[in-house]
Amino acid sequence: MKPPRLADRFLNWFCAPHLREEVLGDLHERYALRVVQSGEARARRRYWREVLAYVRPSIMKRQSGEFTNPTTPDMLRNYLTIAFRTLVKNKGYSFINIGGLAVGMAVAMLIGLWVYDELSFNTYHKNYSRIARIMQNQVEHGVIKTSQTLPYPFIHELKTNYKRHFKHIVTSTHTGDYILSTTDKKLTKKGQFIGAEAPEMFTLRMLKGTWAGLQDPQSILLSASTASALFGDAEPMGKLLKINTDKDVRVTGVYEDLPQNTELHNAQFLASWDYFVATNAYMRQKKWDNHALWIYVEIQPNTDFDKVTASIKDSELNVIRHLESMKEEAATTPQMWLNPMCNWHLYSDFTNGTVSDGPIQYVWLVGLIGFFVLLLACINFMNLSTARSEQRAREVGIRKAIGSRRIQLISQFFSESFLVVFLAFGLAILMVTTALPWFNDMAAKQMSIPWKNGYFWLFNVGFVLLTGLLAGSYPALYLTSFQPVKVLKGVGLARAQMGRFSSMPRQVLVVMQFTVSITLIICTLVVYRQVQFAKSRPVGYSRDGLLMVQMQSDDFYGKTDLLRTELKNTGAVTDVAESQSPITGVWSTNDGFRWKGLSTPSTDQFATLSVTPEYAQTVGWQFIAGRNFSKEFASDSSGFIINETAAKQMGFQKQSAGSAIGETIHWKSQWMTDNVEKSFIVLGVVKDMVMESPFQPIKPTVFCLFGNPNWINIRLNPAISTSDALPKIEAVFKKLIPSAPFEYKFADDEYAAKFRTEERIGKLASFFAILAIFISCLGLFGLASYMAEQRTKEIGVRKVLGASVFNLWRLLSKDFVVLVIIGFGIATPIAYYFLHNWLQKYQYRTEISWWIFAASGTGALLITLLTVSFQSIKAALMNPVRSLRSE
Amino acid sequence: MRRSDLGEFEEVVLLAVAALSPKAYSVVIAEELERETGNSVSTGAVHAALQRLEQKGYVSSFLGEATAERGGRRKRLFTVSALGGRILQDVRAVRNRLWERIDSHLLLDWQ
Repeated sequence: MKPPRLADRFLNWFCAPHLREEVLGDLHERYALRVVQSGEARARRRYWREVLAYVRPSIMKRQSGEFTNPTTPDMLRNYLTIAFRTLVKNKGYSFINIGGLAVGMAVAMLIGLWVYDELSFNTYHKNYSRIARIMQNQVEHGVIKTSQTLPYPFIHELKTNYKRHFKHIVTSTHTGDYILSTTDKKLTKKGQFIGAEAPEMFTLRMLKGTWAGLQDPQSILLSASTASALFGDAEPMGKLLKINTDKDVRVTGVYEDLPQNTELHNAQFLASWDYFVATNAYMRQKKWDNHALWIYVEIQPNTDFDKVTASIKDSELNVIRHLESMKEEAATTPQMWLNPMCNWHLYSDFTNGTVSDGPIQYVWLVGLIGFFVLLLACINFMNLSTARSEQRAREVGIRKAIGSRRIQLISQFFSESFLVVFLAFGLAILMVTTALPWFNDMAAKQMSIPWKNGYFWLFNVGFVLLTGLLAGSYPALYLTSFQPVKVLKGVGLARAQMGRFSSMPRQVLVVMQFTVSITLIICTLVVYRQVQFAKSRPVGYSRDGLLMVQMQSDDFYGKTDLLRTELKNTGAVTDVAESQSPITGVWSTNDGFRWKGLSTPSTDQFATLSVTPEYAQTVGWQFIAGRNFSKEFASDSSGFIINETAAKQMGFQKQSAGSAIGETIHWKSQWMTDNVEKSFIVLGVVKDMVMESPFQPIKPTVFCLFGNPNWINIRLNPAISTSDALPKIEAVFKKLIPSAPFEYKFADDEYAAKFRTEERIGKLASFFAILAIFISCLGLFGLASYMAEQRTKEIGVRKVLGASVFNLWRLLSKDFVVLVIIGFGIATPIAYYFLHNWLQKYQYRTEISWWIFAASGTGALLITLLTVSFQSIKAALMNPVRSLRSE
Repeated sequence: MRRSDLGEFEEVVLLAVAALSPKAYSVVIAEELERETGNSVSTGAVHAALQRLEQKGYVSSFLGEATAERGGRRKRLFTVSALGGRILQDVRAVRNRLWERIDSHLLLDWQ
């Protein structure tokens, strides 16, 4: 006899509450009439049509409240008052909530700044979108090699035949160290010799002079800091300078220092390319197969990089294809292409012609970590707010009973959560401001908070709104939906009503938090282990007290013997030797070696370093077999000393280390032996020296006596302190080579610098891991105390019935331990996957052993137990009389 | 006072309220109209029309007694207001005047 239930429910859903009574009454009355008139089946069918006829705006529109536009803000102010009171009443929760969220926000902001800085690289230049540098791909031994250095004749080719594509073509030398000297000052500064159009193309901000400053060959533009270093407050314009010892130039402009996030920020001065060519006659003689310069271009506005690349692709090949002397070079099929400025920083590594994982990966990785830390903080915030809000169910009931409308309660809860988020935001800004210098230091950046950037604020406001909405939505929407009768009749009922549904998402959130934390712990441990592993690698020479001085100008040459004796006479130095690279780098590699059993020269690349016989003593070579070069034997000039890897590669190591001694090696090199095959005798084999990256395998190395050493290595006398020794050494250099400033590097500093990237990653990872754990623990602490509080009665009853403190502790801690173990289970494969990939980058790498996982898991578990135990033991120790009496 | 305020259906509903007074409410109005016109009329349509008429001030309403077949729910009873009555008379006067002007032969043709 009853009308269709579903239709009624549908009506109840869309019909405005104040109309429900009359509408439903009408429908039911008519239904009863119809049943009598035409039977139940037809009446039911008609009923549906009748209900649908009510679907119209006038029926659906809800009655508006009596006080939609409050005339006095008293009640609104009361929301804030209540919010503040709740915060103050639960000081602990408020602290955890606001503090945790603020830390998360601060970290996210720092990371955001870092990512922004990375992405905005080079945007300082106004023509950013149209500048590129010309790159060259060549196929060598079946592998595509990408290089930025181009052959000299290419300039002419580009400027005559392809000029129409480009607005500017700017040639440049590498950024290198040069001595700038005035009459009374000498400084080493990095700089480039660059085409006259460079200032205009790179839109340098000229503080003095104009963009045309490089038109005159004998001119120089200084960065503001270089100018003040050289001239102090005096007027730099028009002053005369010497670059190294041979180039006289006049200062024609001063430009604002380029910011740290530009490619050219290293260049502290710019001098004229034409003058460089004029004073370095050898440049003009360089052929197509000698790559020695860089070319920057700005393309015409009406074209794009792809089009220009397509047209200049074969520009070199088309010329050298017809040159008899360039057959070998043409065989590498040189391909030219444009690398746009926006890719210089983040997509700068190439393997086999394609972009390999470069800095962009770090941007993604760090961004992801930042996101997760923020997520952790938000999860916490939501968890705690929802946990707390259940206690306020009674408040909701009373408010409703005395006439509060639901919409008012919703706005009350939202205003509370927004208040907390705003407080946290303020705190986060404060934290970022104080931590930024330290963070800059760690990340090697010069970032500042972009106070004036609209997007920064837009982003922040967006974030505050989002977090406030998410965190406030549960109490605002769910709690306010209860019927006051049910809530007020018994808190237990309300709790039972929501308990089953509300604890599940919270558990998921805790698992997520611990997954992130444990992953980060594992990452930190592995990065740290990898750095330690490489640091403990045997280096093959002694780094302590080893000083390296680059021979920066021609004045050094011919004076080395004099230097040696004078330095030794000071007593501060035990040995002095020259070499072709600093000990912490390999600057020259060659092929063309032919050893026993080979009929044609090998294509393997060997590091080739020319040294003086004193090198062995100075750096502390460890001989495995044979002897050092000796000045006694003139024939040693055609002798080699090779390292262990080279001996192995040449197949000598198979019998014994000594078997290489006395063997003949033939070498034909275009650069080192004038393209004539010469023979050399192996005099000795030394232990491998880690000269390049400590994470990569050692290059096979050949040491010889001929060539052009350009570094002086000085071994300090260990009996004399460094601070005493340095002035003595400096005095000798000042006396013998007055034209150059005395600048030196310590081998151990340089070696330590090789770990900087990895150490930075390690530091960042541990920083984030600590924060993640901190935030997770805060959340856990809050949740544990909430749980303990909620189960006060249960604990009381259990105690009365004879449960021990240990029993209760186990009862309360168990839930959390399970969650952490699940988190660990998820974190392990994720961390393994990422770290395994990361380690593949290093040839010389540590293993990911099981104990790292075990240690992180145990660590996380211990931290959890500590956090939870504080609350659970407190709850377990409570006097049951108290907890049961209170109501 | 614009005449266009009153739609055709509204006019009929208003007339029905007047005819059924003082016991006019959605269900009886809908039933009455169905009987008179032979078309099916839903209470939803009548309800909406009554809402509009009340907004315009042509009817006034109050909640009446509850009955069993309504599930204990009260009904909303409607009476025509003075303004509503005048409007009805206006409408009728306009129609009457027009009727009177129709040629009697034509009227005969229609029958």
